[in-house]
Amino acid sequence: MGSWTYAALLAGCLVVTAPLELVLRVRVYARWRRFLLAVLPEFVVFVAWVLYAIAQGHWDYSAALTLGVRLPGGIPVEEVLFFLVVPLCSVLALEAVRKVTGWDAGYPASPDDSLGSIAARNERGADRGAESGKGMEAR
Amino acid sequence: MSYSALAVLAVIGVLVVDLAVYRTRMVTRPVFWVAYAIVIVFQLLMNGVLTGLDVVVYDPDAIWGPRLAYAPVEDLLFGFAMVTLTLASWAAVNRRANTARRRGLDTDTRRSSTR
Repeated sequence: MGSWTYAALLAGCLVVTAPLELVLRVRVYARWRRFLLAVLPEFVVFVAWVLYAIAQGHWDYSAALTLGVRLPGGIPVEEVLFFLVVPLCSVLALEAVRKVTGWDAGYPASPDDSLGSIAARNERGADRGAESGKGMEAR
Repeated sequence: MSYSALAVLAVIGVLVVDLAVYRTRMVTRPVFWVAYAIVIVFQLLMNGVLTGLDVVVYDPDAIWGPRLAYAPVEDLLFGFAMVTLTLASWAAVNRRANTARRRGLDTDTRRSSTR
């Protein structure tokens, strides 16, 4: 596979986990805005870590087995995508286990994430309410 | 700081975030550990290919030395920190959004009943 080796591994992760969304209907892709918000801390911390590791010489990437697109700091584009793809697969796994077992993951199940017009209106209004009531959620 | 030291720090850091900052307490939940058991199987596979084929090459001076499925054992700590931070954040975002949605629905019911 040569230069596509790393990219193919990432694609493989997405293909293997796709049935969780398409068949089991865990609705992670459907909640993509939430996912992007949730992945942000991980993405920032771990990309920073990799940039530090490259600068310090802790590890290096094969020029032959990556596409050769290096972003500032010398990080291969596949490595940046890794920190989005692997978290996505992890969330799919968590939601799948939650759906199959019914076990508590610490947040109320959402009865309908498709956001019909009424629910969407409520969400916009209620998000502001959630800010003011934030301290109450800690329990 | 070596990769080893950073990996240990990262694990401590995410435990603090999960238990004390978000208070999502994912590491206390069976649902998390079953999901993590599934994730770690795929991590060992993917990371084994990445390190076995030398897509990623480590400086021997930055790691402890022992390897599992070609990858330095530090990668297990790295992976745990990464997955746990992601899932705790996902739980925190959903806790906020779903709780807000329920409150929103309640509010709507009260409003329409006064009309």
